[in-house]
Amino acid sequence: MAVVETRELTKVFKEGGLGAVNSVNLETREGEFLVFLGPSGSGKTTLLRMIAGLEAPTSGDILIGGRVVNDLSPRERRIAMVFQSYALYPHLSVYKNIAFPLQAQKVKKELHKEKVEWAAALLGIGALLERKPRELSGGERQRVALARAIVREPAVFLLDEPLSNLDAKLRASAREELERFHRRVGTTTIYVTHDQVEAMAMGDRVLVLNKGVVHQLGTPAEVYDNPADTFVATFLGSPPMNLAELAELIVGFRPEHLRPSSSVTGDAVSFRLKVENIEYLGAEWIVSGTVVGGRLGGKKVFSRLTSAQDLALEGTYDFAVPQRELKFFDRSTEKRIEPRAVSLQ
Amino acid sequence: MLAPAVLYILLLVAGPFLLAIFYAFSDARIGNTQLHFVGLENFRSILQSPSFRIAVRNSFIFTIGSQIVVIIASSILAIALERPFRGRGMLRFLMLLPWVAPIALGAIGWKWILDSIYSVISWVLVALHLYKPFGAPMWLGEPHLAIASVLLVHSWRLIPFSTVILLAGRTAIPKDIPEAAAVDGAGFWRTEFLILLPMMMPIISVAVLFGIIFTFTDMTVVYILTAGGPFDSTQVLPSLAFTLGIQASDLAAGAAISLTLVPLLVIIAYLMLRVAHRAEVT
Repeated sequence: MAVVETRELTKVFKEGGLGAVNSVNLETREGEFLVFLGPSGSGKTTLLRMIAGLEAPTSGDILIGGRVVNDLSPRERRIAMVFQSYALYPHLSVYKNIAFPLQAQKVKKELHKEKVEWAAALLGIGALLERKPRELSGGERQRVALARAIVREPAVFLLDEPLSNLDAKLRASAREELERFHRRVGTTTIYVTHDQVEAMAMGDRVLVLNKGVVHQLGTPAEVYDNPADTFVATFLGSPPMNLAELAELIVGFRPEHLRPSSSVTGDAVSFRLKVENIEYLGAEWIVSGTVVGGRLGGKKVFSRLTSAQDLALEGTYDFAVPQRELKFFDRSTEKRIEPRAVSLQ
Repeated sequence: MLAPAVLYILLLVAGPFLLAIFYAFSDARIGNTQLHFVGLENFRSILQSPSFRIAVRNSFIFTIGSQIVVIIASSILAIALERPFRGRGMLRFLMLLPWVAPIALGAIGWKWILDSIYSVISWVLVALHLYKPFGAPMWLGEPHLAIASVLLVHSWRLIPFSTVILLAGRTAIPKDIPEAAAVDGAGFWRTEFLILLPMMMPIISVAVLFGIIFTFTDMTVVYILTAGGPFDSTQVLPSLAFTLGIQASDLAAGAAISLTLVPLLVIIAYLMLRVAHRAEVT
C-alpha cells in the first residue's frame, strides 16, 4: 500500500496549446478510494495515465510511496491498472492472462498457480480459468481484468472507467462488487469516471476536474453540499443546482431544497413559481417552472419532490428554500463565498 | 454477367493447364508435328535428372530462406515505422519502391550491383582493403554465393510487401493491449514475443503464404541474375521448365516440370483460403 502524490503536474500535448492537465496537486490517503470525476476531455484519464507511467508529464512530479517516479517505467512503479476496454490478451486463457504479470515480474513459477487461484477465487472466476477472453461476458471480463491487476499485490490500483462497457443493470452490481472488493483488499485505489453516481457512491473522496484543472477535492458530501464553485455545483446532481445571478452574486440551491412553502419551516426565502413541466420518476417527481415576479423573475428552476400530486401544470404556487441551503458564489470568479442575507423579493 | 469470368478462366487458366497436362504425357517437341502418348516417361526422366533435383532443392531454399529473412526484417521495419516521426511518410514511400518496380528492373539493377567486373560491393570491399583489386568474390559466379545472391534479391523484393501487411496488422491491435502489458511489467521483448506476435499470427501467415507463392513461382530473378548458372546451381523449377521446355525445345519435359509445382501450390492455396476464412469469421 502506498500514497500517490502529484506536485504541479502538467501535461501539454501540443506545444503552445492548452494543457490537458494543469498544475494538479493531490495526495491520496493510505488505502483510500479516490475518484477522478469530470466530463470527457477534462484530463482525468490523462492524469491517471501519467500516474501509471503511460504518459510522460510535461512538468511537475509524481510520487508513489514518497518516491519520485517520473522517470520510472510503468513496471517499476508497482501499480496495476484496469483499462476501460479491460485489454485482456485475447490469445491467452484466463489463467494465463492472470499469470502474465507474475511471469513478467519473474515471480517463481511454483507460486503462479497458488496466486492465480487466490486472485480468481477472490473474484469468483475460479471456474473460468481455461476459457479464452472472447468466451466471457462483459462482467466476467471485468473480473478477469481485476484479477490480473490484484494478482501481484500492487501498491496502487488504477481503474479507468471500468464500468462504462457494462449495461446499466450489470453496472450497478459490478459497482457494488468493486466496493466490496476494495474494502477487502484495502489497496489505495484511483478510479476515473465521468459518472457522478459512481463517483458519489464509491469514492472516499472525489476529485472534480474540468479542462485539466482541479475544481475541488473532498468527500462526496463536501463536494455535493458545499461545491467549491459553480462548475462543481452544476456538474454534480441531477437535475443540477439551480443558479441565479443577483448583482455581483450567484445564488444557488439544490432542486431538493426547493419545496412548496407549506412544507418549509424556519428561515426561508420564498417566491412564486409557475409550474411548466412535471415528471414522475417513481420514487420522486421533477417539477420545473419559471419564477414569477421578484428579483428572480423569469428564471427557470427545477424542484425535486417526493410528491407533486397537489401541483397542476400551468398553476402558480408559493415555493421556498430554507435560508441555510442557499449557496453563494462570486459572479466574476464563480468561486463559493460566505453565506449572506439576500432578498429574492 | 458470369460469362467474362468463365471465359477468362477457360481460356487463360484451364486451357494452358490442360494443355500442360496433355504435353507432360506426350513426347511433344518444338518444331515437331508428330505427337505420341508416352505415359509417365517424362516424369521418370526428370526425376532422374540431377538438374531437376537441384532445382527442387533450390526452389525450397529460396522460398523458405527468403521467407525467414523477410519476416524477421519486415517485423523490425514494422516496429520502427509504427510510431510517427519526421519523414516517416517519405521513408514508407521509399521502402515500398522495390515492390512497385517491375521484378525485371530490380533484378537487372542487382545484376550490375553483383557483376563480376563492375560490382559496387566488390569496389567498396577493395577500397576498404579487404580484398586485392580484382580479388573480390564473384558474387554470381560461385555456386554458394550465387545461391545467397538470389536469396538476397528475393528477400529485398518481398520485404516492402510484407512490411506493409505487418504494419497494418500492428495498427489493428488496440493500444490498450501493449499498454496493459507494460503496466503488467513486461518489457519490450516480452511484449513483442508473448503478446503482439501471437496476436499477429493470422496476418503474418497471410504475408508468408503470399511470399511463398511469389517466390516459388518466380523465374525472373534467377533468369536475369544467373540464368540458372553456374552449372545449373541456382536453377529453380520455373526457370528449369523454361530452359528445358522453351529454350531446349523439349516441351514435354518442360510441361512435366511445371506440373510438379501444382501439388505444393494447391496446398498453399488451401491454407490461404482457410486463413482468409478465419479472418472473416473472427
